[in-house]
Amino acid sequence: MTDTFKLNIDGKDIEVPRSYTLMQACEAAGAEIPRFCYHERLSVAGNCRMCLVEWEGAPKPIASCAQTVGDMRPNRDGSAPNIRTRGDYVEKARNGVMEFLLINHPLDCPICDQGGECDLQDQAMAYGRAGSRYDLNKRAVEDKNMGPLVKTIMTRCIQCTRCVRFAAEVAGVEEIGMISRGEDAEITTYLEKSLTSELSGNVIDLCPVGALTSKPYAFNARPWELRKTSSIDVMDGMGAAIRVDAKGDAVLRIMPQVNEEVNEEWLSDKSRFVWDGLQRQRLDKPYIREHGKLRPASWAEAFAAVKAALASPDKVGMVAGDLIEVEQAKAALDLARALGIQSTDCRPAGAQYGTDGVRERYLLNPTFMGVEEADALLLIGANPRTEAPVWNARIRKAWLWNGLEVGMIGEAADLTYDYAWLGAGAAAPDFKSSDFYKTLEAAERPMVVVGEAALCRADGEAVLAGALQIANEVGAVSEAWAGFGVLHTAAGRVGALDVGFLPGEGGLDTAGILSGAVDTVVLLGADEVDLSNLNPAGTVIYVGSHGDAGASRADIILPAAAYTEMAATYVNSEGRVQMTAKAVQPKGEAREGWAIFRALSDVLGKTLAYDSAEALRAVLREPEGSVFAGLGFAPGAAGAGALKALIETDQALSDAPLTSPIKDFYLTNPIARASKTMAECSLLGRGLETPVAAE
Amino acid sequence: MALRRFDIEAGGDAFAFRAETEPTIAFWLGKYPEARKQSAVIPLLWLAQKDNDGWLSEPAMRAVADRLDMPYIRVYEVATFYTMFRLKPVGKHHIQLCGTTPCMLRGANDLKTVCESKIGKKFAVTDDGKLSWEEVECLGACANAPMVQINDDYFEDLTVDSLGEIIERLRNGAEVEPGPQVDRINSAPEGGTDVLTDDALFDGSRNRTCPGLPNLPEAEVIEEPTPEAIGKSEEAPPTNTKREETALVDVKDVAGERPEVAEMDEAERDNLKEIKGIGPVNEGQLNELGIYTFAQVAAWTPANVDWVEDFLSFPGRIAREDWIGQAKILAGGGETDFSKRVEAGEVDSSKDEGE
Repeated sequence: MTDTFKLNIDGKDIEVPRSYTLMQACEAAGAEIPRFCYHERLSVAGNCRMCLVEWEGAPKPIASCAQTVGDMRPNRDGSAPNIRTRGDYVEKARNGVMEFLLINHPLDCPICDQGGECDLQDQAMAYGRAGSRYDLNKRAVEDKNMGPLVKTIMTRCIQCTRCVRFAAEVAGVEEIGMISRGEDAEITTYLEKSLTSELSGNVIDLCPVGALTSKPYAFNARPWELRKTSSIDVMDGMGAAIRVDAKGDAVLRIMPQVNEEVNEEWLSDKSRFVWDGLQRQRLDKPYIREHGKLRPASWAEAFAAVKAALASPDKVGMVAGDLIEVEQAKAALDLARALGIQSTDCRPAGAQYGTDGVRERYLLNPTFMGVEEADALLLIGANPRTEAPVWNARIRKAWLWNGLEVGMIGEAADLTYDYAWLGAGAAAPDFKSSDFYKTLEAAERPMVVVGEAALCRADGEAVLAGALQIANEVGAVSEAWAGFGVLHTAAGRVGALDVGFLPGEGGLDTAGILSGAVDTVVLLGADEVDLSNLNPAGTVIYVGSHGDAGASRADIILPAAAYTEMAATYVNSEGRVQMTAKAVQPKGEAREGWAIFRALSDVLGKTLAYDSAEALRAVLREPEGSVFAGLGFAPGAAGAGALKALIETDQALSDAPLTSPIKDFYLTNPIARASKTMAECSLLGRGLETPVAAE
Repeated sequence: MALRRFDIEAGGDAFAFRAETEPTIAFWLGKYPEARKQSAVIPLLWLAQKDNDGWLSEPAMRAVADRLDMPYIRVYEVATFYTMFRLKPVGKHHIQLCGTTPCMLRGANDLKTVCESKIGKKFAVTDDGKLSWEEVECLGACANAPMVQINDDYFEDLTVDSLGEIIERLRNGAEVEPGPQVDRINSAPEGGTDVLTDDALFDGSRNRTCPGLPNLPEAEVIEEPTPEAIGKSEEAPPTNTKREETALVDVKDVAGERPEVAEMDEAERDNLKEIKGIGPVNEGQLNELGIYTFAQVAAWTPANVDWVEDFLSFPGRIAREDWIGQAKILAGGGETDFSKRVEAGEVDSSKDEGE
């Protein structure tokens, strides 16, 4: 039997793999097949019947999504089966299906949030009858509670079960189901409890009708009123592709875009619903603290105050925060070095990595997509479910379909898949004798991933050295496979590391800067750091977009643009250089981060050599082999060679449990903390961080 | 069928299977591999319902889910799908009244009225908690329509009076007798049967040995061979494969008595294919045995028949097709219907008749 099968689709001969569904074959032949229940990333349900096509000789129309091409047979004379995706027969069949779907579907498109981007609406235009022949009462279904993110209008539901399949298969939380039967069938969560998935928002995109819509976005806008801007998400270290939909100066919603290599087409709830935080707690003008109170000031005043505070460069420290973009990091660093400031750092306090100049030692070299090729994955002090939820879904996918085996050293948590728990502390004495170690050794493409937090402890260097050694021992590093990686939680971290935002010669690191050893501390959106030990008599300058922990401690505030308000470069965990786009204007007098430092450099008499963001990026791209030279790809296995060298260290691994840096998934950065929606989610205490016993 | 939801309030917080149910649970779980134990969800829900006074409470459903390591929503889906899982409390005696066509034609609607007047609306439980009722689809006792099921028992051939009396007895805690409520046993005729009443039909006294196969011509009735005569063929039923082996390897092992061997020229031979049942293959084999003429076949003794049948691996066929009878006619110069057709060239042999 050959691997391919010949079909004649709409008079066109085509040869497709036997594993294709008839729908895929039709699409390969260029035909468009309407569908509701079918989704290429979910299992086939075959219950909406919208994808009917004609198979010449078959007694009935065929649901093309559920017909495997390999199961079909040729015509009697041996010729390829004839499929027709249009024509009266097919039209009539789809017409009938559509009429049944619409019998109980309310005619409330004018007040439905899905209106204008509704599969049912679109397909009803194409296949629906002009009027209804149904005189009886339509069925009504009670709305269900699904939590603060997903709004339900269940009368609109056409029971395609995409949401049920998504929750069970992709999100890994079996909480949505279809209860009752026949006309009474309803989609609901168990006893209407809130969804506990950090990916729950995706059911809104999956819902082909307006049954599941976005609660925070409800009745805010019509899709055709929105300005749509393709951008990059910064809520975690993944850099998921997003589309920012804005109206006027407000971001009204954020949707995922397809990037097969990063987020497929999913998005975490934090990334999707954080947008209301972009309108709250914003720093829209410079502030100066006088008599213990912050007062609005002009840029000139603020710069003058900054100039005074930076008078003695050896007593200045600069700390970059989690959301810092490459341009700002570069401009701030250039200015710092021009002034002679050596105490600069972009890593969390206590970080023990990144200073040896080997980029591969802080990247997620195997790449997010690489987990689908891996056959064993060891997580060390990383909880992908909270640190990179969309990647977690991909790990789950690999575990579910590819037989990926997962092992974990660190805090046990519900990751939505089974894993071998090998100990809480980095020392993990039983690891080498465990069954999972044998699995790892036997694996063809093993993957060792260290959470960044594990490298920010007293034994951080030993953890990095140990993990690298394990990776080499189990054969995770070969020419075609770089199986060692670090998972970052901050969108700005890798970019700032790539720029070299690290302590200069004799400079202090984050812990040193924040210990009170310097008089002036410049915080570049750094809010996740401990500010309690700062020199009380010193000055704190905060450059950032939101009034959060850093701003409330600051003496001078310079307002900066948020990620939706500028075209900025971010580098994700994999080392993939990506750019956001400007969807709305910065708030008030806020400026892009790099521009603030460019202007400041002028005031300080150390004018930086670039006048535009593009000129700055040109400087970044200039050096031979610059990582910023190309956009959108991850180095992946290209970096394998650099991982072969082991690290020598005097440190010993400690038994202290490896804990996740994320205490509350919904409140990890100033934008999220300003968001009402995120606060609501957090309040629900949805148990994501509750440790549970692993197998 | 209406929307079905759990009665959360009545369900309370706790549920535990009864100790005596545990062996049954173990039995059901034992039927499936550990990784597929959710296959036992329906039996376990049923047991939970039995242990929970005839209805499935939310804690009971969770207990089942916990036993099977299933997400609650998956069990919830099953519990709400099957209407035999009752999600609200029912009376101690829950009546399921069949309202499907045969019962309806035999008066189920009147029985509904009885239930409504004596118990109340569907699914309503009487104040004393003793009774409740619902209408269900066919319970498969149409021969005894109309009928109801009360808890585990069928009550059949009901009338307004008899159902009313059953309900009253249940209400008062009196005994009731399940089964047909008229004078009949199971589905047997009312008042006893009029036919097949002779005891001799059932005591074995009328057993007879079958003298032969039916429809045989009177003259050709042959005696039933004794088991000894069948001999080896009884132990190992002959097959086509065996026939070849026997023919080629060891002719002496065949039971019965070999017919006499003759030698003759082509010209003297008869066309044995004129006997219905003998095709070219059989003719060839008979020729190998030295059998060439109708007369030889006509002279076969029963022992010869056994031997030849065994040799050809066609037990009973010679008698069934009456080769000897045909051969006698043909040997005497007569014709059979079949031989005429062979001679007329309509058929070569019975091979062409779809042998």
